[in-house]
Amino acid sequence: MALHKPYLDIPGTTIFDADQSRMGYHLNQFCMSLMKAPNRERFKANERAYLDEWPMTEAQKQGVLARDYNGLISLGGNVYFLAKIFSTDGWSFELAASRMTGMSQADYRAMMIAGGRSPDGNRTIGEQ
Amino acid sequence: MARVTAGVFTSHVPAIGAAMDLGRTQEPYWQPLFSGYEFSRRWVAANRPDVVVLVFNDHATAFSLDMIPTFAIGCAERFEPADEGWGPRKVPTVYGHPELAAHIAQSVILDEFDLTIINKMDVDHGLTVPMSLMFGQPEAWPCKVIPLAVNVVQYPPPTGHRCWRLGQAIRRAIDSFDGDLNVQVWGTGGMSHQLQGPRAGLINKEFDNRFLDRLPGDAAGLAQIPHIDYVREAGSEGIELVMWLIARGALDESVRETHRFYHVPASNTAVGHMILENRSQS
Repeated sequence: MALHKPYLDIPGTTIFDADQSRMGYHLNQFCMSLMKAPNRERFKANERAYLDEWPMTEAQKQGVLARDYNGLISLGGNVYFLAKIFSTDGWSFELAASRMTGMSQADYRAMMIAGGRSPDGNRTIGEQ
Repeated sequence: MARVTAGVFTSHVPAIGAAMDLGRTQEPYWQPLFSGYEFSRRWVAANRPDVVVLVFNDHATAFSLDMIPTFAIGCAERFEPADEGWGPRKVPTVYGHPELAAHIAQSVILDEFDLTIINKMDVDHGLTVPMSLMFGQPEAWPCKVIPLAVNVVQYPPPTGHRCWRLGQAIRRAIDSFDGDLNVQVWGTGGMSHQLQGPRAGLINKEFDNRFLDRLPGDAAGLAQIPHIDYVREAGSEGIELVMWLIARGALDESVRETHRFYHVPASNTAVGHMILENRSQS
């Protein structure tokens, strides 16, 4: 029997469950390696070569090279691990979140100061 | 005997630590947030704990995907602030209380809560930001800390009900410790926030304030909130609020609400903060 996943109908949201974690294991462990400064230097010097040291899928590697965070999340990435990539790039969580929403950082910050994204209309896919 | 006197509840946003470390707390963006903790710093100075059992979550710092303990207790003598990718925060080393930690571990495991025991761990912003919020920027932290790490990174975290019951078991364990210690239990994380995907930035003030309304007097009710409600209503990271229920479970059923504060935003997050005191100890 399949796992019960009542969260699949939440718009714009991927829950990092056991299936996502299994799919993203090597991607996330690559991210974890960027916690060490020498690894960050090697990654920055030649991203492709560094990625090729990890048994990740080609799609995951392309997602890292393109900094396609929404794509990486769909391929099993978790935001706390992906944060190691955007920290390596000098990005804040605010900037990374704004990019995932397709907003400029200024617009995103203004939305947050105005009280954030309302849950109304954002609870269920197709909700009006 | 050791006694649990109070609980402190607070969000643990990393940007709050950065604002303090970089001296930005009086900037217009940050000032309203830090003003909400001015009372708390006076209160904790007047009610200094000997030990804080600090419930928090690691954010892919000490734990990678190699090991994901649902509940883990830090029994070490010391815990260093972690390098989260941009160098460790320049905050004091966190000193543990190995005796009480070992006593809690042994007690609650026999009470059917199967904790993982950690004897070596660096602690990230999930633990150090609440310390900074409550104690400011001292040379050394004024109390010992027992870290209690909860998995909220890989779904599912433990249920709210399980967390609440674990808090009750921790209370029984502390009550049976022979040392004369003033113990506080802190619950951290939350409130509503989502850091990922196109729905990032979600904030639900109504959900958060209802949670704060119910925390003093209806913990049993809060413990029934299913995971899907947290995720849908309070964002994928809002589910961190289950950690508050561990701290609440360690307090008396009847508590006094000493302080309550709520502010949006800190970076991507709604910040909630509450101090509850046990009537039996005052």
